Amino acid sequence: MNEIKYTISIYTENNVGLLNRISAIFLKRHINIRSITSSESEIPNVHRFIIVVKVDKEKIKKIIKQIEKQIEVIAAFSHTDKEIIYLQTALYKVKSKSLFKERKIQNIIKESRANIVTVKPDYFVIEKTGWKEETDDLYNKLKKYGLLQFVRSGRISVSKESMEITKFLKSNKNE
Amino acid sequence: MKNISGAEALIRCLIKENVDILFGYPGGAIMPVYDELYKFEKQIHHILTRHEQGATHAAQGYARTSGKIGIAIATSGPGATNLVTGIADAQIDSTPMLCITGQVASSLLGSDAFQETDIIGISTPVTKWSYQITKAAEIPEIFAKAFYIAKSGRPGPVLIDITKDAQFEMLNSFNYKKCKKIRSYLSVPKTSNKSLKDAAEIINKAKKPFIVWGQGVILGEAEKEFTRFIEKSGIPAAWTILGLSAVPTNHPLNVGMVGMHGNYGPNVLTNECDVLIAIGMRFDDRVTGNLSTYAKQAKIIHFEIDPAEVNKNVVADVAVLGNVKFTLKEILPYINSNKHEKWLDKFKSFYEIEFEKVIDKEYNKTKGGLSMAEVIKSININTNGESILVTDVGQHQMVACRYTKFNLSKSNITSGGLGTMGFALPAALGAKIGDQNREVIAVIGDGGFQMTIQELGTIFQTKASVKIVILNNNFLGMVRQWQQLFFDKRYASTEMVNPDFVAISKGYFIEANKVEKRENLDDAVGKMIKYNGPYLLEVIIEKEENVFPMIPSGSSVSDIRLE
Repeated sequence: MNEIKYTISIYTENNVGLLNRISAIFLKRHINIRSITSSESEIPNVHRFIIVVKVDKEKIKKIIKQIEKQIEVIAAFSHTDKEIIYLQTALYKVKSKSLFKERKIQNIIKESRANIVTVKPDYFVIEKTGWKEETDDLYNKLKKYGLLQFVRSGRISVSKESMEITKFLKSNKNE
Repeated sequence: MKNISGAEALIRCLIKENVDILFGYPGGAIMPVYDELYKFEKQIHHILTRHEQGATHAAQGYARTSGKIGIAIATSGPGATNLVTGIADAQIDSTPMLCITGQVASSLLGSDAFQETDIIGISTPVTKWSYQITKAAEIPEIFAKAFYIAKSGRPGPVLIDITKDAQFEMLNSFNYKKCKKIRSYLSVPKTSNKSLKDAAEIINKAKKPFIVWGQGVILGEAEKEFTRFIEKSGIPAAWTILGLSAVPTNHPLNVGMVGMHGNYGPNVLTNECDVLIAIGMRFDDRVTGNLSTYAKQAKIIHFEIDPAEVNKNVVADVAVLGNVKFTLKEILPYINSNKHEKWLDKFKSFYEIEFEKVIDKEYNKTKGGLSMAEVIKSININTNGESILVTDVGQHQMVACRYTKFNLSKSNITSGGLGTMGFALPAALGAKIGDQNREVIAVIGDGGFQMTIQELGTIFQTKASVKIVILNNNFLGMVRQWQQLFFDKRYASTEMVNPDFVAISKGYFIEANKVEKRENLDDAVGKMIKYNGPYLLEVIIEKEENVFPMIPSGSSVSDIRLE
C-alpha cells in the first residue's frame, strides 16, 4: 500500500455530535487521525473540519464518499500537500533565565522567524507558525534549553483550486 | 390549540406522519410519552414487546412488509442500549426505522444519573442520523427531519433521544411541517443521461450479460420496472438474499441466488458473463467471494442510489446513479429487445447438475432424518408461494431462501448484512402486523429461536397469527458445518441441549406440535397453516446436515462446491 498524506476538508452544519460521527468513519477503518481542527468557514453557519490522515489513494476516495454520506455534511474534499497552502502553529514555553543567559536562544528565535508572545519573570512564550517540519526544527533547537511546555495545533489549510461549496449549497444538495 | 407538552407534541408528530403502530417497552425516562400514548390509544396502537431488541426487529419486519417506517420506542440506559443490535441490523440492511429513546433530564446529562447512557454516542456509527432533543420546541422540526431521513434515498435507522424535561416542557404552539429537503443531504443523486446511454450501449452489445439484483429493487418499489427491463433485454437475472421475492420464483429469467450458498449456475457464470449488471445491490463479500477473482472478465454496470457504494468493492465501468425505479424506466427505451437463449440454457444446464447433486437429494429426500429442504417443500405445497417468509440466521435461513417459492414481492424478511440471530421471531410479528392479510411463516433454527424466545409472549398478547417453524437439529448448525469443514470436526460449543419447545409454546398459550417423522410432515404443516391464530411447529431434522452449494470464505465464486 502506497500511503500518502491527505488533507481532508469537510464543510458541515454546526451540530452537536457531528465530530463523533466523522471521527467514527476513521475509527471503523482503523485509521489514525494525524491532526484535526474545526472552525467556522467562509460561509455563515457552515463549519469546516480539516483532518490529516495517511492512507492510500483508493481508500481516500471511499472515505470521502462515506463522509459526504453523513446527513449534516455539506461537502468533503481531499488534497495532497501540493494542492494546498497549509500551516500549523506551535507554542514553546521556556524558562526566562535562558532567554537572558543564553544569547543563542535569541538567535534561534530570530533565525526561525518565531515570535516572542510574552515574557514573564519566570518564563517566556515563543510562537512559530509554519510547516510541521519547521516547528519540529525549532522544538529540537530549544529542547536543550529546557522546554517547560510545547504544543502544536492541527493543520489548517486552504486549497489552491477553488472548492465550490457555495454552489453546492445552492444547487444539488438544496433541491 | 392549547399549550401542549413535549410528550404530546411527540405523539402528534407521529399522527401527522400517519403512524398507527409502535413497538416498544416503557421505563422511567420515557414515561411522559407513554402517558400520552394512553390518551391517544385510539389513534396509535403500542405493542409491548418483551425486550427492546424485539421491538427493533418487529419494527424492521413491519417496515419491510408495509413499506412504511417501523418505529421502536424505549427508555434510557438499558432500554436504549438494547436497541443497538436492531439499529445496526437496520443500518446494514437499509431498513427505514425510527427509534425513540427517553433520556435523563437535561440538567442531569453527564452526571451518571440513574439509567443514563450516551445512546447518541453509542448509536452514531450504526444510524443514518441521530439527534438529542433537550427542548420541547425542537420536537416538530426534528421529528419531521427524522421521518424524511429514515425513508428517503437509501433508507436507514434514525434515533431520537429526548430528555425527560423536554417531554414535560410545555409548547406554546404546535406546527408540524413535513420535511422535504435538508440542504446538506441529497437523498437521491442525479442520474446522468450519459450513464444511461453508456450502460445501454454496453448491454445491447453484450453476448452473455448477467443481472444481479438486490433489495434496491424492493426498496425502490421498482418491481415492475425491473421485470420490464429483464423481459425486454432477455437477460438472466439472479438475486441477492435481500433481493429475493422481487421477481416471482417461476419467472423464466429468474435464475436463482448468488453468493456463498447461492445456486451453482449464477455463481459459476458470474465469472463467465461478459457484462455484469448490478441493480440495487452492494457487492457484499458473501455475494462476491474473493474480490480479486470476481467477474474480472466482465464489464460492470452498477445501478445504485448510494454513491458511496459505487466502486467500494467492485469498480464499475458505468455507474448509473439514482433510484432504480427511475433509472430502469429511463433506460428501457435505449435497450434493444433481445433473447439470450443459448446463454440462458447454460444456467439451466448448471441447474440440472445442482439438482442432481444437491437439490433432489435434500428436497425430495425419502430416507433417513428429515432434511430442512423437505420442510420448506411442505410449506411450499401448503402455501403456494403466497406467504411471507421470515427467517433467522444460519443453515435454515440459507435453505429456506434457496427453496421457498414466491409469487409476490416484499415476501422475504431476513437479517442479511448483520446476520442477527434472534431476528426472526420478533420480525415475524412485525411482518404480520405490517401486512395482516397475508400468511407469515417464520422459519427459525433452535439456536436463534432461543435468543428472542420471550417474544412468544408478545405474539400471545397480540394474537398475531404468526406461524413458527422451528427446524431443530440440536446444533448451531452453520457454525457446526464450518467446524466440520474447516476445523476438523472440533465441535466447540455448538451442540445444544434444548428445552421442550412445544411445552414452552403451550406455556405461552400458543398452540404447538412436534414432528419427527417424514410421513407426518405434510399433515402437520397443513394443520399449522389452517389453524386460526399463532402456532408453533417444531420439526426434528437431521442432526448433521450441511448446506451446499458453498463458496468457502475467501474462495472464488467459480470455485463453488457442490459437496
